[in-house]
Amino acid sequence: MTRQYNFLLAGVGGQGTILASNVLAEVGLTAGYDVKKSEVHGMAQRGGSVNTHIRWDAERVYSPLIGLGEADILLVFELAEALRYAEYLKPGGVVVVNRHIIQPITVTSGGARYPSEADLRAVYSLLSERLYLIPGTATAQELGNARVANVVLLGALSTFLPVPEAIWLQVIELRVPARHLALNRQAFLRGRALIQ
Amino acid sequence: MRQLLSGNEAVARGAWEAGVQVASAYPGTPSTEILETFARYPNVYAEWAPNEKVAVDVAVGAAYAGRRALAAMKHVGVNVAADSIFYASMTGMEAGLVIVTADDPDMHSSQNEQDNRRYAKFARIPCLEPSDSQEAKDLVGVALNLSEQFDTPVFLRMTTRICHTSAPVELREQKQIVPHLDKFPRNPAKYVMVPAHARKRHPVIEERVQRLAEWADTFPYNRIEWGDTALGIVTCGVAYQYAREVFPHASILRLGMTYPLPPTMVREFAARVDRLIVIEELDPFVEEEIRLMGIACEGKSIFPRCGEFDPRIVRESAIQAGLLPESARVPVATLDKPEIPPRPPVLCPGCPHRAVFYLLNKRQVPVTGDIGCYTLGLLPPLSAVHTCGCMGAGIGQAHGADKAGIGERMAAVIGDSTFFHTGMPALANVAYNRSQVVTIILDNRTTGMTGHQPNPGTGYTLQQQETRVLDLEALVRALGIERVKTVPAYEVRAIDETLKEYLKAEGPSVLIVREECALLPGARQRWKALQVMAEQCNGCTLCFRIGCPAILKSDELDAKTQRPKATIDPLLCTGCEVCAQVCPRHAILFRAQVETR
Ligand SMILES: Cc1ncc(C[n+]2csc(CCOP(=O)(O)OP(=O)(O)O)c2C)c(N)n1
Repeated sequence: MTRQYNFLLAGVGGQGTILASNVLAEVGLTAGYDVKKSEVHGMAQRGGSVNTHIRWDAERVYSPLIGLGEADILLVFELAEALRYAEYLKPGGVVVVNRHIIQPITVTSGGARYPSEADLRAVYSLLSERLYLIPGTATAQELGNARVANVVLLGALSTFLPVPEAIWLQVIELRVPARHLALNRQAFLRGRALIQ
Repeated sequence: MRQLLSGNEAVARGAWEAGVQVASAYPGTPSTEILETFARYPNVYAEWAPNEKVAVDVAVGAAYAGRRALAAMKHVGVNVAADSIFYASMTGMEAGLVIVTADDPDMHSSQNEQDNRRYAKFARIPCLEPSDSQEAKDLVGVALNLSEQFDTPVFLRMTTRICHTSAPVELREQKQIVPHLDKFPRNPAKYVMVPAHARKRHPVIEERVQRLAEWADTFPYNRIEWGDTALGIVTCGVAYQYAREVFPHASILRLGMTYPLPPTMVREFAARVDRLIVIEELDPFVEEEIRLMGIACEGKSIFPRCGEFDPRIVRESAIQAGLLPESARVPVATLDKPEIPPRPPVLCPGCPHRAVFYLLNKRQVPVTGDIGCYTLGLLPPLSAVHTCGCMGAGIGQAHGADKAGIGERMAAVIGDSTFFHTGMPALANVAYNRSQVVTIILDNRTTGMTGHQPNPGTGYTLQQQETRVLDLEALVRALGIERVKTVPAYEVRAIDETLKEYLKAEGPSVLIVREECALLPGARQRWKALQVMAEQCNGCTLCFRIGCPAILKSDELDAKTQRPKATIDPLLCTGCEVCAQVCPRHAILFRAQVETR
């Protein structure tokens, strides 16, 4: 088992990053790691930029926070947010980005410009070759519910980790309401397929 | 059994395991989940009080009655409750009382980053500080025992990072405690703090601090982890985790109790190490206490006083101070990033506060604000809030400006929960001392900002009991305001007309703007996305000025104006129709029109 993983999840308040973080932390614990998960509630949830730090360590996690340049994996729920947190990536790390745009108010009612996919590729080309832009929200919409985009993204993320699929599904089962279980399983498996 | 718990969930669990029977709080990030979690345990009483002072009085009353009790609040809540904490320190109680203060280094959701350890010293009560969730749980039980042993309220000081970090916690069963009182104590010398009694109590609590310091030397959560003695680090709270990570080989004195300090332990530790430093977030509290013992140490000369720490900040500061070699630095890529649009928090799509701010801005009214979701009315394009200090401040400020003869009609905006918290006395003052203030109560039927807690206006309690609904209009009248009206929050025209009338009227007035928060389950069921008829839209941008995240610039430009037309994101729009009422060209379809289209 790899000794340590540092994850940074980022997105926009309301996108379901909290559920995704809960699942990722619980999966680590179930797989036998010590785990810490740190997020900030409150103000930022009102459509602001949000992030969660999650750490798995085969021995012991001390700091709940990851420093810049220390994330092994970035999982980002929105295009521009992937640019915002780029400095957190360890060179050569994995970046999974949901190809989805939520225009901030500074773009719609102000003069700010929304960055392009080319901007994103250019920035990450200096950091890592392992940038994956995937249609998380679109896939969730195909499944009939845009809100499961978070689980699609987890599915994609899971392909980079040495944890059996069964553990993921078991944790997801515990975390989502029974009536949405089938949908969430599908979302997870579709997400896995997006990478493989 | 081990379970992942946030620090807040762990405090709730710890309180339940340790036999707390009564808990009272007012919500406030980062403390809110403590009571939300505790309320779900069996056989306990938990409530939302209208403010933190009431919460502490309730907990004190329960502890006077011989039942273990807890009050929880965010750091600034302690300012509101301070008067009560100070008398409780003087009287002591019959059973354990723990007061949780959740400080917010970096001000993730606060107006300041005050360090409440100073309150512990100020009020002469002990202060415990956990470094992770397991300790957060365990220290609640420790605090209650300590409270009973020393007859004092005990502070449990959390910080945002401890509150909102989840980590594995070992769970235990509930401790069965049989209350030893069946009658309320009649002990005026102890519980009636008139000057004659208080003078006798003051030496008692001073002597208590001395005894607590001796006890601190034996407290297992104050512990020394010996390593290389070239560097000795005194640390506490989450800073301990950063210290461990950045200095894996140093000797560490980890304090689980930061007031009073363990004198012998600190002395012995200081004597054995070559260089003594203190790593603590915010104020140099521990540093000053160590200096007062006559021991030299470094702290804030190396590490920042503002904001929260992370491993990088601790490492960089240490490198600068020569505590670590340059080679310890973790390289950070310098990226040539394009400008990234800022993404500040905004009023949600369908927020019932939006129309009022749009109108206040249109009428260029000076607005004293308050704290809640509605503070976001400050941001462009609404730009309609001109002050925000602390909860309950806005109405008093407007009154003061009016009495000062500013010459403009002042409006004060305040949320329903904030009005119950500290707005009521300020409005009584407006009515009593007669100013011209237009007070606007934004009644979204919930405490929105902190995650939808019920309040005296909502008709149900924290533990899901139905209860009386406080009648706002009747209350406002009873306070002495005759001119009061309730208007539905999505009716732009009706709000504007009332506003116009009230801004001209003689004497004080209150406009209650009412509509359920769009995120409440009942409101969600009514969501329905509106549509823009692109052929009618000429890109006039008026609808962008209500600052709704669901209204976007489309790629299509108007042929004449060459400005982007508006479009509505069907995933975000709730169908509040404020934009449809504002659109001069009727290009945005109302709900009924969308249905029949
Ligand atoms: C003394 C104090 N206690 C608690 C808080 C946390 N807090 C900020 S706003 C708010 C309540 C907001 O509710 P309401 O007034 O109903 O406005 P809404 O957010 O629903 O618009 C609370 C509890 C605070 N800032 N200060």
